[in-house]
Amino acid sequence: MTTAVGTDTARKPATMAQALGRALRDAMAADPSVHVLGEDVGTLGGVFRITDGLAEEFGEDRCTDTPLAEAGILGTAVGMAMYGLRPVVEMQFDAFAYPSFEQLISHVSRMRNRTRGAMPMPITVRVPYGGGIGGVEHHSDSSEIYYMATPGLQVVAPATVADAYGLLRAAIASDDPVIFLEPKRLYWSKADWSADAPEQVPPIGRAVVRGPGSGGGRSATLISYGPSVPVCLEAAEAARAEGWDLEVVDLRSLVPFDDETVCASVRRTGRAVVVHESTGFGGPGGEIAARVTERCFHHLEAPVLRVAGFDIPYPPPMLERHHLPGVDRVLDAVARLQWESEWTEGSAV
Amino acid sequence: MTVLEQPGAYRPTPPPGWQPRVDAAPLLPDAEPYRLLGTAAAADISPDLLIRLHRELVRGRRYNTQATALTRQGRLAVYPSSTGQEACQVAAGLVLEDRDWLFPSYRDTLAAVVRGLDPVDALTLLRGDWHSGYDPHTHRVAPLCTPLATQLPHAVGLAHAARLKGDDVVALALVGDGGTSEGDFHEALNFAAVWHAPVVFLVQNNGFAISVPLAKQTAAPSLAHKAVGYGMPGRLVDGNDAAAVHEVLAEAVRRARAGGGPTLVEAVTYRIEAHTNADDATRYRPDSEVEAWRAHDPIALLEEAMRDRHLLDDEGDRAARESAERLAADLRTRMHQDPVLDPMALFEHVYADRTSQLREQAAQLRAELDAEAADAGKGE
Repeated sequence: MTTAVGTDTARKPATMAQALGRALRDAMAADPSVHVLGEDVGTLGGVFRITDGLAEEFGEDRCTDTPLAEAGILGTAVGMAMYGLRPVVEMQFDAFAYPSFEQLISHVSRMRNRTRGAMPMPITVRVPYGGGIGGVEHHSDSSEIYYMATPGLQVVAPATVADAYGLLRAAIASDDPVIFLEPKRLYWSKADWSADAPEQVPPIGRAVVRGPGSGGGRSATLISYGPSVPVCLEAAEAARAEGWDLEVVDLRSLVPFDDETVCASVRRTGRAVVVHESTGFGGPGGEIAARVTERCFHHLEAPVLRVAGFDIPYPPPMLERHHLPGVDRVLDAVARLQWESEWTEGSAV
Repeated sequence: MTVLEQPGAYRPTPPPGWQPRVDAAPLLPDAEPYRLLGTAAAADISPDLLIRLHRELVRGRRYNTQATALTRQGRLAVYPSSTGQEACQVAAGLVLEDRDWLFPSYRDTLAAVVRGLDPVDALTLLRGDWHSGYDPHTHRVAPLCTPLATQLPHAVGLAHAARLKGDDVVALALVGDGGTSEGDFHEALNFAAVWHAPVVFLVQNNGFAISVPLAKQTAAPSLAHKAVGYGMPGRLVDGNDAAAVHEVLAEAVRRARAGGGPTLVEAVTYRIEAHTNADDATRYRPDSEVEAWRAHDPIALLEEAMRDRHLLDDEGDRAARESAERLAADLRTRMHQDPVLDPMALFEHVYADRTSQLREQAAQLRAELDAEAADAGKGE
């Protein structure tokens, strides 16, 4: 357990899954009104083991295995929030959350507004989302655009171990509902991190510029979030060989959206590519590209490009590598940005 | 003989966890709706309760007719009347303790008013000046719910949370016959039974979901029978018998408060008016049917029982009607005043803190309003 000194603050490799579990545990320990509920979250510890040990430590009343019914899980969470609790709901997989959309859209997102502030909904909905883990149908959707399109919801997606912990603590502490998108394929990504002294991270709603240029990029900005951030960082690293200095903006939060950080980067670089897994048509990239264009038009040297998943239902696992935006597709887009005079209709990614 | 045809060969002996945990028989509703008024048992009902029910029924009827009139005058965008169903509304509004919670649907304005809500505040949603006109905590009344049955899981969650906090709070959730077809009805009842939550579900079976009659809504013997599948008692009651509805609900509330778990009550009643003022009920039901139900009017039933016991004389009747007229006059006066709305309130409660996007949009609207005001000033 702990050393004689009291706490072990040494940073050592930790996975995002461990950081998320620790965030839940620390939030429950800090605030008795925090309750975790969902399918398999108790005895099993969740299918991804994020809630492992919580029922044992806090009891089944605080970490509750519910009947298998997503609308019921979220609907009862609404009632619990009405009575002053802070429910943290686990939706087992992205597409499993769809039956709960009526509750989410008709009530969770609107209750504060409907009651003119009298009835806030401090609910965190954890959604393991996105592809790349070889899941069969309904286990790999990127559903963020549905959440983004609903006023009243905050939509957050961590890309790093430190953010996973910090953003989840912030989400649980938020008096507004937060859709907390957990990139499944980053669950086992590791970073040096200390559970007993987790680093402070920027609040929900703030984007950050990540390496390799980290603020010094001059060629283009890659705008991304969640599972696509490591892809962008790898692309930026590879781009150095081509002589391109790319800046990667990790949005961290889709709602609220950090126009300031994004536009500051694009004004520096004059070029931007939005990268995400979900579909391009009607997807988050369209909104982001429009915002950037509206605010940075006179700084742009090229159209804002999107590298997105294809406009298809999420493919079967044996074909998903063709669908997911990878490093090469990002670099192709960046290459296209450099020759904007050759831009022709139909050359979009 | 196939393996399926061999008795006992297909399924292994169920382990103990698979056994039915309750005897289903006590959960089953009676074949006929429970009635009190007009029976020998009516002699035992407390006079105070009957007088209170009567006063609220008469006021409730007047409230319904006044609100319906306000739709014709354009003062309400819509009003789903509960005329004919006042016994359910009044019983639901009176049966709870102050600390309990009521979860109404859009047709249950009257129940909220009987519980103590200001009649004008209760109509805010239907008037259209805001989505809800009251702080739900003041009278423990959740906002009137428009999507069907979605308020039921809220009631379960709230009751469950209260129990976890050690409070003996009961939630009473109202739903119509159409709402019982929704998935949320099923999920709420299932959660309530599994969690043994202190919740009472009252189905007001008024015969129609807009135009669709009960026979096209369900194939169940009664809606109260649905309780058995979840492991809770189902109770069938005459929804026009205010004393019976009150007694059945009171018993369910007592049981829930004492840790006895949830109950599903089906009150059989009838919607005398159309679904709303926008609906034409003559397209789907004959006048003769409506007239037959008028003969089973909840106010008439109660008055007859009270006169039998000399609990209602002409003077008492007049007092109740005067109280109802005062309610209607007050409602008319206040509803004829134009509500004062601040457009900037649109941005106030989307989030606890405004996003930068909402700050920009609020500034845009502010500028538009200022320009409008400046233009109006020039015109004077």
